[in-house]
Amino acid sequence: MSLNIADFVSSSPLMAVTATALLLILVEASRKGRPGLSFTLSMAGLFAASVFAVVNYSDEQIVFFGMLRQGWYANFLNLVFLSAAMLTVLVSKPYLERQGAHRGEYYILILFATIGMMFMAGANDLIVVFLGIELMSLCLYVLAGFFRTKDTSNESALKYFLLGAFATGFLLYGITLIYGTAGTTNLEAISKNLPTLSSQWMFMVGVGLLLTAFAFKVAAVPFHMWAPDVYEGAPTTVTAFMSTGAKAAAFATFVLLFHQVFQFTGSKVNDLIAYIAAASMVLGNVIAIAQANIKRMLAYSSIAHAGYMLSGIAAGNSEGQTGILFYLVAYTLMNVGAFGIVGLMEKVDDQNLQLDDYTGLSQQRPFLAALMAIFMFSLAGVPPFAGFFGKYYVFLSAVKADMTWLAVVGVMTSLVSAYYYLRIVVLMYFRDGKGDVAAQPAIPALVAVTSSAILLLQFGIFPSFIVNAVQKLF
Amino acid sequence: MPDIQPYLILSATLFVIGAAGVVARRNAIIVFMSIELMLNSVNLSLVAFSAQLGDVTGQILVFFVMTVAAAEAAIGLAIVIALFRRKQTLNLDEINILKW
Repeated sequence: MSLNIADFVSSSPLMAVTATALLLILVEASRKGRPGLSFTLSMAGLFAASVFAVVNYSDEQIVFFGMLRQGWYANFLNLVFLSAAMLTVLVSKPYLERQGAHRGEYYILILFATIGMMFMAGANDLIVVFLGIELMSLCLYVLAGFFRTKDTSNESALKYFLLGAFATGFLLYGITLIYGTAGTTNLEAISKNLPTLSSQWMFMVGVGLLLTAFAFKVAAVPFHMWAPDVYEGAPTTVTAFMSTGAKAAAFATFVLLFHQVFQFTGSKVNDLIAYIAAASMVLGNVIAIAQANIKRMLAYSSIAHAGYMLSGIAAGNSEGQTGILFYLVAYTLMNVGAFGIVGLMEKVDDQNLQLDDYTGLSQQRPFLAALMAIFMFSLAGVPPFAGFFGKYYVFLSAVKADMTWLAVVGVMTSLVSAYYYLRIVVLMYFRDGKGDVAAQPAIPALVAVTSSAILLLQFGIFPSFIVNAVQKLF
Repeated sequence: MPDIQPYLILSATLFVIGAAGVVARRNAIIVFMSIELMLNSVNLSLVAFSAQLGDVTGQILVFFVMTVAAAEAAIGLAIVIALFRRKQTLNLDEINILKW
């Protein structure tokens, strides 16, 4: 056994981000206090990695001694993570400058978290799943506490860290029990022996523990308690990254494990996932109505969106996989966009974060108000935006899997969600007020939110572009 | 093939004690120690399975777990120190600005 060049070529997106992250550490060590260069370099590295991901969008192959699986699936999700990272980096620079915390290590942490996500999507071994989750989570704990002199940021980091590490314990115990019964951590080998393994209670306990850990990572009910606190307290741009990239990565592994390895379609496991999905949709959407803080409202909405996506996993069919992957693209674009605008509105010391602060925004900033309206309509699932087709595909998959009740719950709770999303649109357009941004919006942030809105509209009008790319997978 | 059942029972017991500690204790450091107990109880299971299967993967995973636990400790204690500097408390019930 020896390393060969082809392995490095087929995992080139991963390698590109890793090289950039290591280079940035050197740059930061030698040029203290010049974060502008780190910003440029990280954008260049992420862009190069996206190009590699497009070039390598091909047959799946097992690389690095059965540890990684690179190909369509990994690269499709790599593109989602890389776009989330690029949009976050773009909105972060002006935001951090305004908050007086523009330091280069921010970009290093974002890059390493992205590497962890890419490991999770390309994993072919439970060890790599574990390492990917930890690499991503450890970076996110630090990022959540990045404003280290702010009480809310500290508290959010501590809560995220303690509950995240707690979930890691469950993940690890699950991996251990699976290893003990299957005799291997390789996902392909486990998948082959699944019929004999699934009759062993210890294996099923392991699967249950993995399910718990992933339900925690995607913030699904009843493991959602951390999400509102962490999303509210963390710096807004970090919340944008956590709620999109980290959630997409957790779903990438969720789909990988529960669709492609543990195929329990129609079994009690899938019923259990369906109940988790229904509970997340109901609880997330109902509690979001009562929120006055926009970051907290979007946190509860992200719990509900986790529920929508979980119904695709519960369905367990190929429509479900297509639906989740489409949903992840739409969700990433609309959530980074929405949090990007929240970041533009936010003033120093957590001012301007209440829903009321958006009153009359359309008179002061018609362009930003229009973009925010697009994101809100898309989150609510109104056509022609991509959010609509995401919901359509996951609910369709639930119906095809004889889980019509789940689709009904999904549609009903989407109606509830329209109330709180559209309330922002009403406040911005039909109320007089003095809603205004913190400062003149900076170009990078404007570029990021505008391009998310354009892509949302494009994928909403031509969903086949993504669907074709995804269906090549299965 | 060694009989690993006692080790698995011990490991499961330690795991439950750790999880109970996370839920019941209110001091951030003690909660963190309970989490470490959970991770190390898993290590015990891994080594036991590894010995039973005659396969080295479990022991390799143990090394990864120890490395990750060390990194986690560094980050966790840094977060705790940053918080303690501002609030002078580690009682989780008093760390409660964020709530609805």
